[in-house]
Amino acid sequence: MNEPQASMAHYVSNAPFDPFKAEKLTPEQERYYMASQIRMMWWRFRRHKLAVAAAAVILLSYFSILFTEILAPYELHSRNTDYIYAPPQKIHMFHEGSFAGPFVYGLDYKLNMDTLKREYSENLDKVQPIRFLCSGDKYRFWGLFEADFHLVCPAEGGQMFLLGTDRLGRDMASRLLYGGRISLTVGLLGIIISFVLGIVIGGLAGYFGGWVDNVIQRLIEILRSLPELPLWMALSASLPVSWSPILVYLGITIILGLLDWPGLARAVRSKLLALREEDYCAAAKLMGAKPGRIIGRHLLPNFMSHLIASATLSIPSMILGETALSFLGLGLRPPITSWGVLLAEAQNIEAVALYPWLMLPMLPVVITVLGFNFLGDGLRDAADPYD
Amino acid sequence: MLGYLGRRFSMMLLTLLAVSVLVFVIIQLPPGDYLTSYIAELESQGEMVNKEKIEFLRSQYGLDKSMPEQYLIWVTGLMQGDLGYSFEYSLPVSEVVGDRLWLSMVLNFTTIVFIYLVAFPIGVYSATHQYSWGDHTLTLIGFLGLATPNFLLALILLYLANVYFDTSIGGLMAEQYMNQPWSVDKVLSVLEHLWIPVVVIGTSGTAGMIRRLRANLLDELQKQYVVTGRSKGLPEGKLLMKYPLRMALNPFIADIGNMLPQVVSGSVIVSTVMSLPTTGPMLLNSLQSQDMYLAGSFLMFLALLTVVGMFLSDVLLTVLDPRIRLEGEIAR
Repeated sequence: MNEPQASMAHYVSNAPFDPFKAEKLTPEQERYYMASQIRMMWWRFRRHKLAVAAAAVILLSYFSILFTEILAPYELHSRNTDYIYAPPQKIHMFHEGSFAGPFVYGLDYKLNMDTLKREYSENLDKVQPIRFLCSGDKYRFWGLFEADFHLVCPAEGGQMFLLGTDRLGRDMASRLLYGGRISLTVGLLGIIISFVLGIVIGGLAGYFGGWVDNVIQRLIEILRSLPELPLWMALSASLPVSWSPILVYLGITIILGLLDWPGLARAVRSKLLALREEDYCAAAKLMGAKPGRIIGRHLLPNFMSHLIASATLSIPSMILGETALSFLGLGLRPPITSWGVLLAEAQNIEAVALYPWLMLPMLPVVITVLGFNFLGDGLRDAADPYD
Repeated sequence: MLGYLGRRFSMMLLTLLAVSVLVFVIIQLPPGDYLTSYIAELESQGEMVNKEKIEFLRSQYGLDKSMPEQYLIWVTGLMQGDLGYSFEYSLPVSEVVGDRLWLSMVLNFTTIVFIYLVAFPIGVYSATHQYSWGDHTLTLIGFLGLATPNFLLALILLYLANVYFDTSIGGLMAEQYMNQPWSVDKVLSVLEHLWIPVVVIGTSGTAGMIRRLRANLLDELQKQYVVTGRSKGLPEGKLLMKYPLRMALNPFIADIGNMLPQVVSGSVIVSTVMSLPTTGPMLLNSLQSQDMYLAGSFLMFLALLTVVGMFLSDVLLTVLDPRIRLEGEIAR
């Protein structure tokens, strides 16, 4: 014990001293604090398991439409007149107890004279092994060159309708794959149109404010208060009948995009109104940057991720819009085949009652819409990784 | 308050005016008018076309006038309750549509009521029992409801009814009441048939509403005044009812603006699939045959439903939320 008032010995630690010690980061911290924005978004996004799964499904389906012709066992229009309304065939592995590889049993056809229903039964003598990486129906790949290479084909002289056939004996599975090519791209093209419109119009309103903002706000209010579907119906009914299928397809995407922009424009506007007061914006203005550059270069990148997330959330409404229009016979018309066009055949409820697989095109529609919803949710959470 | 309502009302009138221009432009978009397709049809059947009769029809309905004039004729007619003339049925539009407008309104109104009645208790349950099994199940069902387009749901129900019960669930009343004058029995029959389309149209709206109510209520429940209330020993039920629920209800009502157009859109396509005697099937028909007055009247009517509905919801909101009233006062 020291005496009271006696001064303590002056103590100096001679351990080496690093003045920046408190600010040194462990490798983990460094990885976290120095991560780029994209990387942080990815981390945030990865936490949302459902969104990751949805992203995988959607990427896979968009990837598949690049090779539709190869993936589909049949060509889009090839008819099998002997197999009208054939039911889905099961894939078997074992024939009479022994392994025979993946194969289907051939179908025998009988017309039920009471219900006039076409009835097919499996003929256990006809073993039709499925072929892989084979040549089958001829097609024009992307309409460019002729080929006959498929991933899977029915046996020589045999059939393979994994999802049944329709009233002309066309393979539903192949038609679903081809339909995806149209239905999935309608949503993308439509969203691009509405994205551009939304950014330009919302940007004008938010940046200039005043009467421009007022007029655009009123316009948005009017458009948002209208029921979309009847307007879509009226607009697509006014597409000239003489147009070629490709023109009709483009027309429909434009119609879908034309009514969808108000939501995006509103988001852009409110963000811009807040951001244009920031100092860096004033600085850019003082340096003589034009409004286009300020909006495009300095303001938009600030909330681009939010925009992409909300755009993802509005793709499903476009896909559904096209499906509904084609279903009603106002949208795409054969020979262009989308999921909606396929579903139009299911309108005849008597046929559906006998041949329920006509309703199958619903499945990809529901899966895609669900997928985009989950993906959009995940993206929205990830869009702002700093909070 | 009155000032706000006045401005809101004039805004509604302005919207309707803009909508009428839009609708008129849309129904004029297809090349030619009904008479040209009528002539083409006659010619394809090898019939002689009476030039004078065509000219007479053309001037009778003002088809020979300029576009703005035609628009004025149409709009003034609309305001006087004259919906124009249906070329396809050769009858005034008001006679062709008959009960359809009323039935459409009944259908849409009932659907809105259905959405509120179902979404409210489920939303509150989901929020107060967050992450429970019930919440997860309801969320999953809600997502499925959002993703299943209502016309497909209608199709599935029609199929199930056809296969398992061997009946058709289409239509809005029993067959013997069709084209009959209204009676108590007919009304009862309509009520009996109404619930299926109401459920079908309301599903996606209900799912969306549940999700929003749940999110709003969860936000409120995390606030400090709730914690304070609980720490002071307020019973859970009272704690929920007194403040957080009221706060969460606000967007619930404001949301009718998003919901109404959705419901009206849904009712159009579901009516077509289930062949209900409402505006949907006839709108489709008139669009396909370019019967422009009929199509225009239907489009106007549907827009009227949503625009007036949104006005009413705004009025309701001003009654409930003093902040909106105040804003109105200040802005004036």
